[in-house]
Amino acid sequence: MKKYKDQGSKDTRSGFGAGMTELGRTNPKVVALCADLVGSLKIDTFIKESPERFFQVGIAEANMMGIAAGLTIGGYIPYTTTFANFSTGRVYDQIRQSIAYSGKNVKICASHAGLTLGEDGATHQILEDLGMMKMLPGMTVINPCDYNQTKAATIAISKHQGPVYLRFGRPVVPNFTPEDQEFVIGKAVHLIEGSDVTIIATGHLVWQALQAAENLEKEGISAEVINIHTIKPLDTEAILKSVKKTGCVVTAEEHNYLGGLGESVARTLSSEYPAPQSFVATKDTFGESGTPEQLMEKYGLNNKAIEEAVKEVIKKKA
Amino acid sequence: MSKSQDLQDLILQVRRDIVRMVHNVNSGHPGGSLGCTEFFVALYNEVMELKDGFDMDGVGEDLFFLSNGHISPVFYSVLARRGYFPIEELNTFRLINSRLQGHPTTHEGLPGVRIASGSLGQGMSVAIGAAQAKKLNKDPHLVFSLHGDGELQEGQNWEAIMYAAGKKVDNLIATVDRNGQQIDGATEEVMPMGDLKAKFLAFGWDVLELENGNDLQAVIDTLHEAKKRTGKGKPVCIIMHTEMGHGVDFMMGTHAWHGKAPNDEQLATALAQNPETLGDY
Repeated sequence: MKKYKDQGSKDTRSGFGAGMTELGRTNPKVVALCADLVGSLKIDTFIKESPERFFQVGIAEANMMGIAAGLTIGGYIPYTTTFANFSTGRVYDQIRQSIAYSGKNVKICASHAGLTLGEDGATHQILEDLGMMKMLPGMTVINPCDYNQTKAATIAISKHQGPVYLRFGRPVVPNFTPEDQEFVIGKAVHLIEGSDVTIIATGHLVWQALQAAENLEKEGISAEVINIHTIKPLDTEAILKSVKKTGCVVTAEEHNYLGGLGESVARTLSSEYPAPQSFVATKDTFGESGTPEQLMEKYGLNNKAIEEAVKEVIKKKA
Repeated sequence: MSKSQDLQDLILQVRRDIVRMVHNVNSGHPGGSLGCTEFFVALYNEVMELKDGFDMDGVGEDLFFLSNGHISPVFYSVLARRGYFPIEELNTFRLINSRLQGHPTTHEGLPGVRIASGSLGQGMSVAIGAAQAKKLNKDPHLVFSLHGDGELQEGQNWEAIMYAAGKKVDNLIATVDRNGQQIDGATEEVMPMGDLKAKFLAFGWDVLELENGNDLQAVIDTLHEAKKRTGKGKPVCIIMHTEMGHGVDFMMGTHAWHGKAPNDEQLATALAQNPETLGDY
């Protein structure tokens, strides 16, 4: 079984910041907006090197989304930056009308998504953002898994014409994907070949899926692991090909099981190739304060939860 | 014939278009459209510097953003009669498969429209972004926007008003249609708005008050004066007092015709008060 090595743990938001630094140097059309969270989004270098292309809007996210829509006039590519909660739920109607329906080339970049925000608690831990964003017609939804992939995604979306939601997080997590990877929007990444079950994971859960696959191998279970960094458009071909081989699937995400990756996979399977599925996700609940590790354990979002889900779903195979 | 007479003829024709469009589909918003007819006619035919044709970026020309999208009938009529799309297309307003949606959108590719609006309170932010883009492009042209007075009850406006002054967006002229009416009644009864001029001034804008927004010459003069005040470190606001339903006597001075279409008899009365000048669509 292919093994993946942590090249040195980092936070995905720093991958975003590194991507912005590179875009600042290479693409003069990229502009950035922030709602009073420059340090948290790690865009200090972009601002220092390209101050004329940075717009500090203060604590006014609705205004930020509208300004971003207007800034596209003249071919600019605005990147809005704030926490995931304030990037989506707080400004859903602004994104819907001024960006998505208006077809504006805005990149909505959202840090501190999910439970791993940690101690700040449920007010900030959004677990509904993927659902809200994927429901918007024309919106591309991306949730990379580590520092390198987040950096690659940040740069790749500048070349995509149309609105994008890019979701990443706060905690320091293993960095295991190649530094020089090509990021293809909408293309799943096969990480491990397997035959008994397909584990489809996104974001921080991808590393947990790799750990689960290693542990399951010791118990004689062969798990295939697919990294879905693009939730919309979904790589249904890769999913169907794998599930046709393994016969069952576990989806894993740091998101509510209503509206997230799992639901998109279930819709694909139910219409194309019905197969047993188990959901590793939060179960229609808010989060709470705690360390990221404590929260992922309590809400069943780690490798142990994936391993249990695998054993359960395999039993359901015909 | 003088330019002024041409514009007066255009105003009559636009008012005919508005009531005919709304009557045709028995829906739409005639009141605010009629009240802002002089403003749109002046803006698109006398005030804005416009290129021929339409492209989304609008580099090298003035831009306009309509924030109170429900007054789409006047917007569509003036765009069509300025040559953005065929006048006959006004006949498709609010019908299935039309580019003339109930509220304006870029989604169907209608020339002249650069943002969707309808859900209120978003247009000023968009106009500010476009104004910032003009500065990045070193394009000296201006950005104009129109907002309903009731619309200012939406909080996003005040985020935008604070930003525009704080960041010295001085290539923006935002006009507020102060007709004093909204769906549920008079603005001062639904949600008292107080002294709007004082509020904009307090936020750091340069403010012009236009006492009669249904006097074409006054509208033109005020818009020209507003243009002179751009580039001086402050965004410019025009508080434009208009009469909702202006030009159709039974629609004037009431919120009743905010979003209501005339019946056949009422249409005939409205058309009689606004004789055909440039040819109906």
